[in-house]
Amino acid sequence: MITDEILAKYEMTIGVECHVQLATKTKLFSGVDNDARDKEPNSVVSPIDYALPGMLPVLNRRAVDLAIKAGKALGSKVANISRFDRKHYFYPDLPKGYQTTQMYQPIILSGTVEVPLEDGSTTNVRIHHAHLEEDAGKLSHHGDYSLVDLNRAGTPLIEIVSEPDMHSATEAKAYAAELYRLMTFAGVTYGDLYHGNMRFDVNVSVALKGADKLGIRTETKNLNSFRSVERAVEYEFRRQVELVEKGERIIQETRGWDEAKQKTTSQRSKENAQDYRYMPDADIPPIILSDQEIAEIQADMPKLPGEWRNILSSLDLSYQAVETLLDAENEFRGKIEFLNTIKSIIDDGDYEKAKFIANWQINILIPMLRDEAFVFGKVNHLELEATIYELVKSEKLSSTNAKQLFKDLISADSLPNIEKFAEDKGYIQVSDEGAMVAIIDEVLNDPISVKAVADFKSGNEKVIGFLVGQVMKKSGGKANPGLAQKLLKERM
Amino acid sequence: MTIKEVLQQIKVSSARSVVEKALADAKEVADYNALLSLTEERALARADEVDKGKITGRLAGVPYVIKDNFLAFGGPSTAASHMLEFFDTPLQATSVEKLEAEGAICIGKANLDAFAHGGSTENSAFGPTKNAYDKSCVAGGSSGGSAVITALGVVPFALGSDTGGSIRQPASYNGVVGVKPTYGTVSRYGVVAMASSTDTIGPITSNVEDAELLMSIMSGLDKRDMTTLPDFFEILPDAMPSQKIGLVKDFMSEHVDSEVRARVNEYIEKLKAAGHTIEEVSLPMAEYALAMYYIIVPAELSSNLARYDGIRYGHQAEGAKTLAELYGRTRGQGFEAENKRRIMIGSYVLSSGFFDAYYLQAQKARTLLIHEFNKLFEQYDCLIGPVAPSTAFKLGENVADPIKMYLEDIMTVPASLAGLPSISVPAGKSSAGMPVGVQIIGPMKSDASLLALARSMESK
Repeated sequence: MITDEILAKYEMTIGVECHVQLATKTKLFSGVDNDARDKEPNSVVSPIDYALPGMLPVLNRRAVDLAIKAGKALGSKVANISRFDRKHYFYPDLPKGYQTTQMYQPIILSGTVEVPLEDGSTTNVRIHHAHLEEDAGKLSHHGDYSLVDLNRAGTPLIEIVSEPDMHSATEAKAYAAELYRLMTFAGVTYGDLYHGNMRFDVNVSVALKGADKLGIRTETKNLNSFRSVERAVEYEFRRQVELVEKGERIIQETRGWDEAKQKTTSQRSKENAQDYRYMPDADIPPIILSDQEIAEIQADMPKLPGEWRNILSSLDLSYQAVETLLDAENEFRGKIEFLNTIKSIIDDGDYEKAKFIANWQINILIPMLRDEAFVFGKVNHLELEATIYELVKSEKLSSTNAKQLFKDLISADSLPNIEKFAEDKGYIQVSDEGAMVAIIDEVLNDPISVKAVADFKSGNEKVIGFLVGQVMKKSGGKANPGLAQKLLKERM
Repeated sequence: MTIKEVLQQIKVSSARSVVEKALADAKEVADYNALLSLTEERALARADEVDKGKITGRLAGVPYVIKDNFLAFGGPSTAASHMLEFFDTPLQATSVEKLEAEGAICIGKANLDAFAHGGSTENSAFGPTKNAYDKSCVAGGSSGGSAVITALGVVPFALGSDTGGSIRQPASYNGVVGVKPTYGTVSRYGVVAMASSTDTIGPITSNVEDAELLMSIMSGLDKRDMTTLPDFFEILPDAMPSQKIGLVKDFMSEHVDSEVRARVNEYIEKLKAAGHTIEEVSLPMAEYALAMYYIIVPAELSSNLARYDGIRYGHQAEGAKTLAELYGRTRGQGFEAENKRRIMIGSYVLSSGFFDAYYLQAQKARTLLIHEFNKLFEQYDCLIGPVAPSTAFKLGENVADPIKMYLEDIMTVPASLAGLPSISVPAGKSSAGMPVGVQIIGPMKSDASLLALARSMESK
């Protein structure tokens, strides 16, 4: 049994390779639809993807543009000259008998990604390089025969290769999640994880803490969620420490992740590794990019997560709150904008309102959006929120009633006079001191309050809650509880 | 037979009668094994369209032949291999489409060394093609069928491909004109790839004028081939006068047949008489060109032939129980011995640990060769020399000795490696009556100038 004390003697080193499917309309080297989801097998395949004799690749310029954007998101330099190479192996899902990739001169060179961690700190992960390449097709096995679907063959990917800079499962997961945010915010990918738009391979090795040499690493391939990245790394750490403790050798190998059993399994060892016979692809001229071209494409990019975190930092929100906003921005992209809304209020200098609206999105709107049962009307949620903010700020609306008012109106198709609507609904709280004093005196003179008043006067301030409750009751819930408390104390 | 003559015949008779005659002539010379299939039905249908005026153009009704490594309708596109023996293409090569847009009519598919691997057409899976001047001699290759059928006068022209001499050498062996254009002049789209960095497409014709016309039709940018160049080919009215021409002395050593050297020298005398200056020049890197070629080209073709795996189209072996067995048997049965030899060489030079020593080294040497050419072209308008060391050799003579066969390419591969235009034009015959060709090599994009020079010499 491996105890926590034993695990604590070891340190793991993790490097991550990530395949990102690019959000292009067509494939990397042919003009057919790049979206293979839910399509009939072999229905989006061109003669080029099918590798008919005499077919030649035609590079999709959009894929190059997206790689340039990915370069910026990864804090990396984009190469002025990059080239394509061929990686050879025989497999039925690889029509040409080679994958077109970038082995020798990749389009994205080294850089650094700053990864925020849950405890509010950050860790830096260096990018070794990232390159453009095409995806292969898909095989399905049916007893004594297998079928090939080439819909996905030729789909453009970038593979992002990190340096081995991570040392915990938490860091690996946070890095994977940050790559996802970077690539989606940069518009590089649609980020549909369910359909494998981003897939992670983790390289893990263990060594005694302070050792000057890294251990033998294994590569666990094709993880398609941040959670499975975390679990696979944890599993490998434990497994490898166990082997080392038993005095056994760790084999350099490729492993797979069994989601059902939550464990990694051996797939192929290095002794059986293929010789890919890499060579330059003479059918595709080099990609030549001037600094100016790169700068122009990168200037035309939406804000990245790091920039948003800087902007939001003025609101003093929690780590979790900020990440919720960033993730929701992705989740509802094209439907609703959270970040720009908040930013424009910050730009107006109204930090209090900005923080209110931000928290409103996080606590009220986003959970409602995620609740499929909830039906939204055509009203402008921002206009409604702005009015609610004013009512809450002027203490006319309690936070409970504010939520209720929002629910009432967000499903409407047009907005009435909001304050009048709230008044009619009885949501507006009484903050008029004259009217309040009358209610308070009534409560204080009520026999039910006698004991509480006496307790209060003898120093038990807690009972004020009971008295406030009575005021609320008498006012039909319209009293401003803060004001009621203040006046109660004064009158006693 | 020239294009002009054929157009005249069509005018006085009909496209149908001209195409019928070409088909009949082709059948008559079937014993040369120059053609693998006749595209009779489609050819006659197109001829009728020409006669009805539905198909027009500069080549309306002119019959021609396509080397069978081009994707073209009317019959299987076999690359003279069992691998593609029954392959019916769903689309045509750009060059074929361009010729058809001008009304040309393909009457058949020409024999070649399987997948264009070879210099004699003896590597065809369907038997060798015989020389137009002596049936006991080779046609040359790999565009042997295209050269022979043109030389026999069945059609005025044929399409060929040239990776290391495959148009020029058979043109030379059969006394016809062959053009290997500047790399990227004619689209490679739809031509079974051999070596991506040296494959070129060109015509084989009975005179230079026809070659010029065909080049002007076929050249130009193709959005389906990223290596094509914007159209630069323009037929020149006259050859540039008083050219300075370098005779490559490395190509005129005693290893070259004396009769070949004699014909080249006679051609040079005619050039001098026409006012051009000839000087001997040296191309020291040429000695290594063959070594570079037989590393780079097999490397590239081993990659380009990886797609023939029996999964999607082409030959598929029967009875395989595992995937490895399916690949092994399919490729074992579908490829010829020379294909396998070259795939093995290519796979070897690309394998881990050898790539730097062979492939990269060869590419560096290739750059030096290109520099040498460039230096010469600072001083000379073009270079001249023989096409091949000898006239067509006997069938079977070199089959057992691949190295000797590779030596046939020694004068044609330098221009291929450097991407330069190079043409092969007839320069008389040997005492045995076998044709000898002269090769003219120019700087990049000088194709039209080389052809204008050759045209000016034709009547002399």
